[in-house]
Amino acid sequence: MTASGMKHTRRRKKGVSYVKWGYIFLIPFFLIYTIFSLAPLLSTFYNSFFENFMSGLKQIGPTFVGFENYVKIFTEGDLLKYAENTLIIWIMGFVPQIIVSLLLASWFTDIRLRLKAQGFFKTIIYMPNLIMASAFAMLFFALFSDYGPVNSILQSMGLLDSPFRFLSSVWGTRGLIALMNFLMWFGNTTILLMAGIMGIDTTLYEAAEVDGAKPSQTFWKITIPLLKPILLYVMITSMIGGIQMFDVPQILTNAKGTPNRTTMTLIMYLNKHLYSKNYGMAGALSVILFIITAILSLVVFFSLTKKDD
Amino acid sequence: MVKNGYSQKDKSDRAVLNVRRTVSYIVLAILTVICLFSFYILIINASRSHPEIQKGFSAMPGKSLRINFNSLMSNDNLPVLRGILNSLLVSGGCAVLTTYFSALTAYAIHAYNFRFRKAAFYFILMIMMVPTQVTALGFVRQMNAMKLMDSFIPLILPSIAAPTVFFFMKQYMEGALPLEIVDAARIDGSGEFHTFNFVVMPILKPAMAVQAIFAFVTAWNNYFIPNLILQSKMKKTLPILIAQLRSADFLKFDMGQVYMMIAISILPVIVVYLCLSRFIVAGVALGSVKG
Repeated sequence: MTASGMKHTRRRKKGVSYVKWGYIFLIPFFLIYTIFSLAPLLSTFYNSFFENFMSGLKQIGPTFVGFENYVKIFTEGDLLKYAENTLIIWIMGFVPQIIVSLLLASWFTDIRLRLKAQGFFKTIIYMPNLIMASAFAMLFFALFSDYGPVNSILQSMGLLDSPFRFLSSVWGTRGLIALMNFLMWFGNTTILLMAGIMGIDTTLYEAAEVDGAKPSQTFWKITIPLLKPILLYVMITSMIGGIQMFDVPQILTNAKGTPNRTTMTLIMYLNKHLYSKNYGMAGALSVILFIITAILSLVVFFSLTKKDD
Repeated sequence: MVKNGYSQKDKSDRAVLNVRRTVSYIVLAILTVICLFSFYILIINASRSHPEIQKGFSAMPGKSLRINFNSLMSNDNLPVLRGILNSLLVSGGCAVLTTYFSALTAYAIHAYNFRFRKAAFYFILMIMMVPTQVTALGFVRQMNAMKLMDSFIPLILPSIAAPTVFFFMKQYMEGALPLEIVDAARIDGSGEFHTFNFVVMPILKPAMAVQAIFAFVTAWNNYFIPNLILQSKMKKTLPILIAQLRSADFLKFDMGQVYMMIAISILPVIVVYLCLSRFIVAGVALGSVKG
């Protein structure tokens, strides 16, 4: 009797009854995730194997066609062209972004430089990140239109004789999208890199200073090598973000990817298929994007966990 | 001699430092101008009338701010006021649900030692990177099947399962929520759900505030999914109205109204941001890569 009594109290003390609350508190997350994300994801995969589209007003399919949609999207569609557009615009924004962010992060954290008004500058450079991308694109469309304020300013300064037609030029439009991506993300990257630099052991910098190292030497020999994992993280997450590029080019070019579809991105292409109810192709495209993103995410995951060892 | 040599080296050091400082201030000033330039023109042009804007740019604001605002609000083709209310409803709902339930999910994994704890944690980490666009096809079809098209529910309810917010909360709890507090509450006879609501939540307040702002802004700016779900005119949110403005025949539009519309979409977020920027910028660094 005493034995069973003790067992009883011990069990109660250890809190067996609490464990179930762990499961209960997880219910909302997993329930909602299953309904609104997991099931749609699986259904997307499933749909990618069916021929299912609207031809005029006539519904074709759904008929099971195996991998035919995948073959079709690579051979018939302009998938590679849109992938190339997305990659080019991403690189045009990312290269200046990483250079400027590294520069600013190393300046902000430089103990000898002691920059004033850091809070002000950080506030300003982070601000564009919170702007509604579609409104920002609409603003740039108005600003850089043929008779808009930017052309008006450039002409009154005598830099241009006639308006430069930004949105009719391939590199003008791509450049504007890249510029907006740059503005929206360089502040965020600066803050991430700053957190990384501040995590570096300060005695390394002190030792370098005693040895008479120049700022450029400490930057290339200490900061960059030790920052590698975070630089990789920033690059891959930015690449994943780049694949998702949509709002800015969609609004700036009115969903057309003008001029001549040179600014049509992968997600704009997906959106087009979704709108025209071309579900087979949309499914195949989604799965391809999912696989690319998954590979990139695994790179992030392993680079971060390796650092822990 | 040696002393002299040293002071000379000191001097040149200081000169180099001064040059570097000047260069960094110049670069920062240029970046500040680039960041603020477009918003400056936005504010100026939102206050000028259509003919004034057509005439060319001026650095001084005009006097038509109120006229532009009133004519935009009474524009029949563009239900802006309704759009603001819709956006507020969706963003507010997302902010509340995402912070509360992400905290609850993180608490479940932080405080209870159940068998699938690790598995649940890694599962949520794994799904963190899946872009919403990739599931959009299945999502739209399912909402169709559930008769939830043209409703706010598919825009608000999914924010209960937000892996990134969960991750942030989990990180925060590791530093700020010792389990002794939970044990103490149990000894005082507090139920588990009560403990979460009245003991744990107050401790998480700073983290929840930052995440609520981020969730609100993200939902406020969201265009891709709402554009696929919302159909009727009076249900549209601000980003969809902006897109509609873009696809309309641009030349026929009153440019004063166009700039006013952009300003209404952007400025509330900027004002809130400027009031709370210290916490937000700190929050970005906090939620970043940590181990």
